[in-house]
Amino acid sequence: MQDAVPGRGVVQGAPLLSIRDLTVTFASRGRRPVRAVDGVSLDIAPGETVGIVGESGSGKSVTSLAALGLLPKRGATVTGSVDFEGDDLLSMPDDELRALRGRDVAMVFQDPMSSLNPVLTVGRQITEILTRHRGMRKGEAREEAARLLDSVGIADATRRLGSFPHQLSGGMRQRVMIAMALACKPRLLIADEPTTALDVTISAQILELLRELVVGSQTALVLITHDLGVVAGLCDQVHVMYSGRIVESAPRRPLFADPQHPYTTGLLASVPRLDQPRGVPLLPIPGSPSDTLPWSQGCAFSPRCTRSIPECLGSPPALLPAAAGTPHHLVRCVNPVRDHAGAVQQ
Amino acid sequence: MSLLEVRGLKVHFPIKKGIVLDRTVGHVRAVDGVDLSVEKGRTLGVVGESGCGKSTLGRAVLRLEPLTAGSVVFDGTDLATLGGKDLRAMRRRMQMVFQDPLASLDPRQSVSSVLSEPLRTHGVQGSHDARVRELLDLVGLPASAANRYPHEFSGGQRQRVGIARAIALNPELIIADEPVSALDVSIQAQVVNLLEELQERLGLTYVVIAHDLAVVRHISDDIAVMYLGAVVEVAPAESLYDEPLHPYTRALLSAIPIPDPEVEDARERILLTGDIPSASAPPPGCRFHTRCPWRQPTRCHDEVPLLRVPTAPPGLPVADSAAHQVACHWAEQVLTGELQPSSGGVTEPESAPTV
Repeated sequence: MQDAVPGRGVVQGAPLLSIRDLTVTFASRGRRPVRAVDGVSLDIAPGETVGIVGESGSGKSVTSLAALGLLPKRGATVTGSVDFEGDDLLSMPDDELRALRGRDVAMVFQDPMSSLNPVLTVGRQITEILTRHRGMRKGEAREEAARLLDSVGIADATRRLGSFPHQLSGGMRQRVMIAMALACKPRLLIADEPTTALDVTISAQILELLRELVVGSQTALVLITHDLGVVAGLCDQVHVMYSGRIVESAPRRPLFADPQHPYTTGLLASVPRLDQPRGVPLLPIPGSPSDTLPWSQGCAFSPRCTRSIPECLGSPPALLPAAAGTPHHLVRCVNPVRDHAGAVQQ
Repeated sequence: MSLLEVRGLKVHFPIKKGIVLDRTVGHVRAVDGVDLSVEKGRTLGVVGESGCGKSTLGRAVLRLEPLTAGSVVFDGTDLATLGGKDLRAMRRRMQMVFQDPLASLDPRQSVSSVLSEPLRTHGVQGSHDARVRELLDLVGLPASAANRYPHEFSGGQRQRVGIARAIALNPELIIADEPVSALDVSIQAQVVNLLEELQERLGLTYVVIAHDLAVVRHISDDIAVMYLGAVVEVAPAESLYDEPLHPYTRALLSAIPIPDPEVEDARERILLTGDIPSASAPPPGCRFHTRCPWRQPTRCHDEVPLLRVPTAPPGLPVADSAAHQVACHWAEQVLTGELQPSSGGVTEPESAPTV
């Protein structure tokens, strides 16, 4: 793969996390069950950065929650397999799973205010992880916590340990979340929309921080986002999700240079870009994500697709290589976009 | 002549303390001396980060917030001096589109009732039903939408209802506060295109307030960049993006991710340090000096820069017209590269904002 991020080298070897055919169905009494995630498979190797892109309701967050066993037991049915270094996370007992989360796998959420405990100081929340997972004593843990806060760029870290979350700004809270996530040097970090709640300049700081702390190390990063711009700068492999399924999956350069699924091309044509001349008209994707078919009746994107043909309504298309010799570029479409100039001008 | 002229506008909110007796202990200077003008039929974009006062500015223009000082002249009339009946009559000519259509539409009101309410309020004669159908058609909703309720629509369709309500009275000016930021990416373009189409058909004048610079650039003729309650740069959309003069504008532009790996890898980023200071105690001198990579030891911390047209240095095509104004003491030197940004790391300021 010549698409590795500069400085990261080529990613090889056995995957750290391997998700196979993950399906999540939510059922509530008196309603039709909803299939939020449908047959998602993906691999993450140590040191790799994988992006999952999709709009709200595409199942990108549910995929990661289900993989870590964070969905409620009642109401959600999860099938498939999630293999983390030989252990199946879906069948793992709760106490083992809890030991794994926080130590080997950590997560950063979108809104740091609602994921930090408002009545405990930041110091308490970080030292808790250190004493619990790394067996440190209190004094030791406090020093380590200060070092962690310092490493994520918080000035005057020792004093900040005594701050409550509400005393910090949004950007600082997200830095604290990242410090907590990195406290046990996890091998896998899942960041779910880590910058969506932040301002542009602060979001650039946080992405830079992730780039420095994670991308430089052997930690694998899963970045969940709706912003194609964020994955363009950060991810080795990108999975585009629509309505619970991966519709296109490719290393970042081929994905942006040669997008094949009409949804991917549609997304790229519908966002204004700062580096293009101003007069370029926006080509929106018609309809809205709620106009989707269940996948069992064919492609769920077909009601909104400009390239829809009768075959789209047969059976759901399979995720196949985009062309011979591109094992990493997969697309789920019976009528993919091959001729670029034509598709974008349409 | 401009349709809208804002001169020296200030909106300060008092900070109260005390349980029985309210004492005012300070002011949040949400908008602190803003001058803007919008020509008829054009679009002014206002960008800035959260807390910079852009929404308050939009609301103050419609007199939805009390003005502390300054004037808002709409078509020759100073709104600041109007009251009661006269103000209500003027409001008919200026309307607002809000960010979250679900929060700004009454869940128990059908679409036809939502759209005819402005007509009832302002005592418009004639068939309201016909006007409702006409409005739905204008924003691209089926006539059958009239009898449905907000929860039955998707986000994009709800925003269309919000826009239909805003144009119901044939206003001249529309203030759109983050009109697309609550919508999914694939839907945003639909609403942006609708706004542009309506402007062309109805000759509307827009003030579009947003934090997404790419969207603002797409839709606006002129753009004002706000920071901590003040405008730091105002320019035609093209020249703002081709030649940003204020250090803050440069940092803002460089912070926006571009969906193209080739561009992303090659870009140089200007990373700002720290957070936005509190609006209740803005830094003295230039408001941006606490985070500015180009900060100089003189002037920046004690002299407030005013909006001005920078003088063109020899050999460089700068500021083609008087339209490109910037509030920075060192705009010329920053542009020519005479001053270089300091390579600051990512650090936080001493004090976190208290707001």
